[in-house]
Amino acid sequence: MLTIDAKNVDFYYSDFHALHNINIEVEQNKVIALIGPSGCGKSTFLRLLNRMNDLIDGTRMTGSILVEGEDIYAPNVRVDELRKKVGMVFQKPNPFPKTIFENVAYGLRVNGINDKTFIEERVIESIKSAALWDEVKDKLKKSAFALSGGQQQRLCIARALAISPKVVLMDEPASALDPISTSKIEELIYELKKDYTIIIVTHNMQQASRVSDKTAYFYLGELIEFDDTTKIFTNPKEISTQNYITGRFG
Amino acid sequence: MKDKKNIKTNTNSSSPSGVRGYSSKRWSQTIAFTIFKLMSYSVVLILIMILGFIVSKGFSAISWDFLTKAPEDGMTKGGIYPAIVGTLYLVLGSSLFSFPIGIMSGIYMNEYASGNKIAAFIRIMTNNLSGVPSVVFGLFGMALFVNAMHFGDSILAGSLTLGLLSLPLVIRTTEESLKAIDFSYREGSLALGATKLQTIRKVIFPMALPNIITGLILSIGRVSGETAPILFTVAAYFLPKLPSSIFDQVMALPYHLYVITTSGTNIEASRSIAYGTALVLIFIVLLVNILATLLRNYFSKKVKI
Repeated sequence: MLTIDAKNVDFYYSDFHALHNINIEVEQNKVIALIGPSGCGKSTFLRLLNRMNDLIDGTRMTGSILVEGEDIYAPNVRVDELRKKVGMVFQKPNPFPKTIFENVAYGLRVNGINDKTFIEERVIESIKSAALWDEVKDKLKKSAFALSGGQQQRLCIARALAISPKVVLMDEPASALDPISTSKIEELIYELKKDYTIIIVTHNMQQASRVSDKTAYFYLGELIEFDDTTKIFTNPKEISTQNYITGRFG
Repeated sequence: MKDKKNIKTNTNSSSPSGVRGYSSKRWSQTIAFTIFKLMSYSVVLILIMILGFIVSKGFSAISWDFLTKAPEDGMTKGGIYPAIVGTLYLVLGSSLFSFPIGIMSGIYMNEYASGNKIAAFIRIMTNNLSGVPSVVFGLFGMALFVNAMHFGDSILAGSLTLGLLSLPLVIRTTEESLKAIDFSYREGSLALGATKLQTIRKVIFPMALPNIITGLILSIGRVSGETAPILFTVAAYFLPKLPSSIFDQVMALPYHLYVITTSGTNIEASRSIAYGTALVLIFIVLLVNILATLLRNYFSKKVKI
């Protein structure tokens, strides 16, 4: 069963036709990179997968998106349940003004989990999965704001992992970070692949080619090409893809 | 004027004879900033003047008896204890009414209805409500609470009327405080599977609380000094006993100040009591402000941890 199956997806911001007939299939435990110039619709598409676009007025979608076989836009779908399955890390780190521990525990608590021991175990596990443990293990009760940008982003990743999602969506997670933090996060993505399915939007083509199994190239709201990463970057089918990855535009 | 010395003279100044001087741009800047500074200092000066005036004239009236005894001898002697108690009851009563309703309305308007026409309509109505003169509130309170609902002149009627008066302030502060919080926090919470209500309760509202408390302080300060709304709804010229229920009338500090200054039995003799009353009123407001600032700082620390 495909983890994500998007068929004939069209999306509108009021009158603006932002996505045209997108078809993407994502298998389990793969990393998919979405690339393309600014405004091409890759972040818009990403946000469809956990229905974050619902927060914007006047948006409309046609077509279907199945996550683990279930239509996530069906009328009786509970959006909060969906988002536990499909987590998201944002471009700018956005930890809550709480302690490091409470940030990671937040997802567990809002899901009704009260068991102190369980929460503590999950928090520690998630922080370790996010490659942040060594740096924060003796300051879990300090404010999340005391961390650097790169650390905060890894904290947000830990926070997303704590609720054991199946899919992790990452919207340019390293674009606001310095190169060292960026490479730490890229290593992280490579490790996370074992347990999660990851979809990452990135402006950085080198990053896409480093971390992903398959790459989807968007242009002006259309999915121009979707193929194995090695193929996209060495021998793309479409001229537009070729032009983009060689830097002719974008 | 010490800033002038910090401004470097521009040797490329437009003055052709090479004389050391300021270009006209620098002059107008200096003048403008000096005016701004003077205006700011004058605000402090005015506050000091008012406090100084009241303190100097009212200080002589203050004594333990003054604060704990009822008025005697046609208000020319004795204390203002019942008026202090009355004001506190009215502040408490109006807060019980306006805080929950105002805060919840503010939350609704910013978190649930923001951007749609209903919220815009409510906002316009709220602004209009805040522009209603306080004496009109008093008249309305009399017509509705005192007469139509048969509460009579009472703490209940007075509290409800004062509550209505402070409602727009509480709503507006709550809304603005929530609006100031960046959307990314809501996004982050919702993306973890929290519901909107959970997001508000666990993240957004605690972050807004310090500013909301400031608004609540302002409304308390406003309510303790309002005279007109309590004129027709609760205030009594003189009561021999303290109120025993919310349906009782009560004395109040602003009203007390008004009557003994204008229509007491012996205006001259009561004059020092009037100043003493004013001093107590200001002191209560100051105390409330300090308490609420301490509360706000405490919450700010908790939010930042």
